Amino acid sequence: MISLVKRPQPSKTWVVATPILAVIVTMILGGLLFAAMGKDPFVAIRTIFWDPLFNPDFAAYSRPQLLVKAAPLILIAIGLSLGFKAGIWNIGAEGQYIIGAITGASVGLAFYPMEAWYIFPLMVIAGALGGFLWGLIPALCKTKFNAPEILVSLMLVYFAEQIMISVSLGALRNPEGNGFPGSRNLAQYASSANPELIAGTGAHWGVMAAFAAVVAAYVLLSKHMLGFQIRVTGESTRAAGFAGINANRLIIFCLGTSGALAGLAGLFEVTGPAGQITTSFNTGYGFTAIIVAFLGRLNPIGILLAGLLLALTFIGGELAQFMLSLPSASIQVFQGMLLMTLLAMDIFVNYKVVWRKKEAV
Amino acid sequence: MFKKILATTALAVGLAGAAFADDKTKVGFVYVGPINDGGWTQGHDHGRLELEKHFGDKVETVFVENVPEGPDAERVMTQMALTGTDIIFTTSFGFMDPTLNVAAKFPDVKFEHATGYKSAENVATYSARFYEGRAIQGTIAGRMTKSNIIGYIGSVPIPEVVRGINSAFIHAKKVNPDVEFKVIWIYEWMNPAKEADAAKALLEQGADVILQHTDSTAPLAAAKEAGAIGFGQASDMYDFAPAPRVSSIIDNWAPYYIERTQAVMDGTWETVNTWDGISTGMVGIGEITDAVPADVKAEALALKDAIVAGTYHPFTGPLNKQDGTPFLAEGEVADDGTLAGMNFYVEGLTGEVPQ
Repeated sequence: MISLVKRPQPSKTWVVATPILAVIVTMILGGLLFAAMGKDPFVAIRTIFWDPLFNPDFAAYSRPQLLVKAAPLILIAIGLSLGFKAGIWNIGAEGQYIIGAITGASVGLAFYPMEAWYIFPLMVIAGALGGFLWGLIPALCKTKFNAPEILVSLMLVYFAEQIMISVSLGALRNPEGNGFPGSRNLAQYASSANPELIAGTGAHWGVMAAFAAVVAAYVLLSKHMLGFQIRVTGESTRAAGFAGINANRLIIFCLGTSGALAGLAGLFEVTGPAGQITTSFNTGYGFTAIIVAFLGRLNPIGILLAGLLLALTFIGGELAQFMLSLPSASIQVFQGMLLMTLLAMDIFVNYKVVWRKKEAV
Repeated sequence: MFKKILATTALAVGLAGAAFADDKTKVGFVYVGPINDGGWTQGHDHGRLELEKHFGDKVETVFVENVPEGPDAERVMTQMALTGTDIIFTTSFGFMDPTLNVAAKFPDVKFEHATGYKSAENVATYSARFYEGRAIQGTIAGRMTKSNIIGYIGSVPIPEVVRGINSAFIHAKKVNPDVEFKVIWIYEWMNPAKEADAAKALLEQGADVILQHTDSTAPLAAAKEAGAIGFGQASDMYDFAPAPRVSSIIDNWAPYYIERTQAVMDGTWETVNTWDGISTGMVGIGEITDAVPADVKAEALALKDAIVAGTYHPFTGPLNKQDGTPFLAEGEVADDGTLAGMNFYVEGLTGEVPQ
């Protein structure tokens, strides 16, 4: 008879092994799903996982696109993970992402059509500041009025969406847009553009920022006092209190930082891949990043890999859609399978599977 | 390493056409919604299927559904172009800039963008004069309403949508001077939950006719529950006939898709700006059901005939703008340029175009 025995310590081996195992299990389950739909399962799995990376005809394009797609996810998830580790739940990164894009874009558009080197740096600061302030609202509501940050940060997403719609139609509308909503294209305005830094790599400033955030978070969590405080608070609020950790300061730090990083992600997106603020600018990066943060086990390196893996399933999923005529819903089911197996596999990290003989009566 | 990637990119772009070249013409479609949305995207996908039926083995079609407007669209189009697609139809307004960007990188691939205003050497634009259908819809709506309140679900406030509201209102007012329009904007093309909420809000405000410029059948479902009437949008939505769906505006893209694909096969493809209406069949008026009295039906069909014959234009003066300033003088007809950029309401409409 199989039974589970709790491990005294989470297994280090399984922490590394489970994601790999989960991907393999998902490939098998997904293969069965695609086979049931009448598609060749091997071709389908190859199209999703292999072709974006190694297909000789288009991988040179899709590989860099992985970075473009993963960068905002990683940048936002890193910020979220700090709070999540300390038990501070910022669910509203999508809103901070939108506000960062709007404040950053506003600064750039205010300078239009002047060309100067300092415009883009100013936009970056404005983007981070916008996200930071938007993240500060739930933080202050929490520290002053003890309002749950989960609810406040989430509700502020819808607020931010309304602001985005309003400025796309009004304040930031392109006066030369033939009556159509949406701002000027920031990617086509030299001083505000965030192009690929090295052609063909996909790496724009947002990708750089994402890598920098991974390193910074790693150092913060492993070497810095603040990182220690975050971890202690996450383990036990009471212990943190006894240790003299200022809970309010931590709340403000975590929500502010994750807001600033989400704001940066929005700014890099609006100046690069997206180009303009429109009524449909946000595509859910702020919410997907929550998945990335947990998939990466709130560990900076894990988040980096999780962001890339999720980006791969997005891009490979698109390929599978038009190369194999798979419906987009089946790709979503497949992504869901991946997340579910990853989380389910967690059981091996904390539990040991033991085979026990049935005892004689 | 970087050099290698660069070289491979150049190679991939250069060889893409050759590597996949075979007898078949490969036609790609990029959709904003799911192919079974019952409306806009389903209409385009119907065109794709007709295209396959028409050409048989000579074409291969590919599509991606649920593509968000923005950078994701650009990636989808690029991957399509890289896998040897000869012509790509991008069927949502928000795909405009991405289409232009990708087209610049693939001069040998033809692109067709629906409902936009930017074109290029290898980017054609196409749209339909939906406002002609709206005129007929407005006539029926104006005659059918008992509460004199007509609800209108607006999607994204681009000129096409504003034009539709104006056209429907002008013609409803013509047959029923007491009519009033209530417009709710949802700022999305397709969101069944929001569409249903908007429809319910309009019904609660006394509307007994619901017009929609959104893609799903949710407003019709809401109208059915409340005993109100509505119209099919983009696809026929005949499942809701004879009521609440009393007629519909059908987007018929198949002939256009066939014609343009043929041009690619013949090597005669050129960039064009197509804006066709009822007369060429691009805009179809779905069967007017028996829920509509015979005289109203006859009146609506007479209007349709006049539009097809070219003897009547839905935007004919005298018309004023909402603020009372003159728009069109007696007998004057709006030119296409004005219509293409229309972002104002005509006199009599309440509320304002969101800006």
